Amino acid sequence: MRAMNYRGPYRVRVDEKPMPRIEHPRDAVVKVTRSCICGSDLHLYHGMVPDTRIGQTFGHEFCGIVEEIGPEVENLKAGDHVLVPFNIACGQCHFCKQGLFGNCHESNPQATAVGGIFGYSHTAGGYEGGQAEYARVPYADFGPTLIPDWMDPDDAVLLTDVVPTGYQAAEMAGIQKGDAVVVFGAGPVGMLAARSAWLFGAARVIVIDHIDYRLEFVRDFAPAEVYNFKELDDVVVFMKKTTDGLGADVCIDAVGAEATGSMLQTILGKRLKLESGSAVALHWAINSVKKGGIVSIVGVYGPTGNMVPIGNVVNKGLTIRANQASVKRLLPKLIEHVRVGNLNPKAIISHRVPLDDIADAYHIFSDKLDECIKPVLLPAGA
Amino acid sequence: MTETPLAVQPSNPAKAVDTSLIAGWGVDANPQNDPTYPYRDRSQDDHSGEWRRPTQQEPDVELLQSVEHKWLPAVFGTSSPPSGVSGSMRRLAFRWSESNWAHWLLLMGADRVNMVEGLVQDLAHGRIPNIPKEMGVPAEWRHNKTGLVKKVAVATAVVGAVAGLVAARKNRTRRKLPDD
Repeated sequence: MRAMNYRGPYRVRVDEKPMPRIEHPRDAVVKVTRSCICGSDLHLYHGMVPDTRIGQTFGHEFCGIVEEIGPEVENLKAGDHVLVPFNIACGQCHFCKQGLFGNCHESNPQATAVGGIFGYSHTAGGYEGGQAEYARVPYADFGPTLIPDWMDPDDAVLLTDVVPTGYQAAEMAGIQKGDAVVVFGAGPVGMLAARSAWLFGAARVIVIDHIDYRLEFVRDFAPAEVYNFKELDDVVVFMKKTTDGLGADVCIDAVGAEATGSMLQTILGKRLKLESGSAVALHWAINSVKKGGIVSIVGVYGPTGNMVPIGNVVNKGLTIRANQASVKRLLPKLIEHVRVGNLNPKAIISHRVPLDDIADAYHIFSDKLDECIKPVLLPAGA
Repeated sequence: MTETPLAVQPSNPAKAVDTSLIAGWGVDANPQNDPTYPYRDRSQDDHSGEWRRPTQQEPDVELLQSVEHKWLPAVFGTSSPPSGVSGSMRRLAFRWSESNWAHWLLLMGADRVNMVEGLVQDLAHGRIPNIPKEMGVPAEWRHNKTGLVKKVAVATAVVGAVAGLVAARKNRTRRKLPDD
């Protein structure tokens, strides 16, 4: 089968690889019909995630058709159209029992801090991902969800990660009616977080980024007030001024390890890799939220450490809430939001690229060329 | 109201405390004081740390396991098992916990070594990788010609400057040799 093949930082290609097979009784093999490149795939692509091995296939956002099932899978059959949550979760461990499906303890030998994730380095379990014609799906009796007949597959594939992650960012932020919400990052997750903030009753939604075409898009998509931080003298002072001098009720970090905006963080985190990425957005979030406020983090950071003003977290009495999205927990609610029109995920898809052109797709997404927001990969014949 | 001693099961039964002997135990407990709502269903937390484990996947490739795990998780990926020099570095890294920088720095180092191994592996299989294509240069040409020309010009200037410095140094060394 054709599958993405990681060859080192900034180098990917598509090669012939062996077909996936059933390796566990609860496995399924899924014929991929759509997969996406996620912003967090770029951390892998840029060589920022430890234990990213040459030869691995990336891709944790995909949907497809069940091709084969293992003997313990009773709720799926060949031919079913499914969307596959990016979390690999058993559904029965200590953490899954509590709905923490992004923290499963039975899917990742290499680390305890994170559960298994498709195609996301060996730090997340060493699984092959969905940027391929076929993928092995562990715990197929628990994770994959049937795509309703009425649902557009473009919406379905975005429900595997970006929509739940954006929604959970707003959910964890504990937004109350009347709150002012600031979202750092106008990437796909930030866009969905901004859109979701309204569903929880926000009175004002502000999005900060430095890429104008994305800010223009989210201004209409969310909708939101948008500001380019490169045009502001000091982001935090601006945020205070625009929120009665007190700060926002809630700040959401939807950027993570590759934030720009501080030369020091760029050098330490992105160039020298002495931090696990650049934590500028989180720094701004902590300092822009009001005392007693809430900072919600869904931006992805590496496993070592980051330079953030933790003293201000204490002195301001902040609540920090963070997690990988628990996709399976959120899916029933999100499918309903799509059905009634509260969410329109497919609007963020900007590029459809044949799987064989994956190197171009990664480069376009990474360098923000051609006003790219969200690229979808299409295997031949899908 | 009577409280049942040991109302909550401790995560380590050997460390069980008879809470009836602790004055005021649990009097201020408040289920609403839960910052994990709504994403964590604490009603399902029995504090036992035990569950009915899934069937164990049988490893047929070398697996590296975090020392923080009590047992091998039931399923795992079998992509790209450790091999070569980078594999040795990864094996070494897994002697330390996820809390130790040595663990992660060794893995990052192994990744860079693995990149060179991948290149050698390609050549050994008679394949010359099309690196410009793998790096998306055709897309850069389509969407950002000026940027690509600038990058090529800067790269050429840097390589030229380095080559010039090296050549000049060699010439100086050669000229000095007869006097030495």
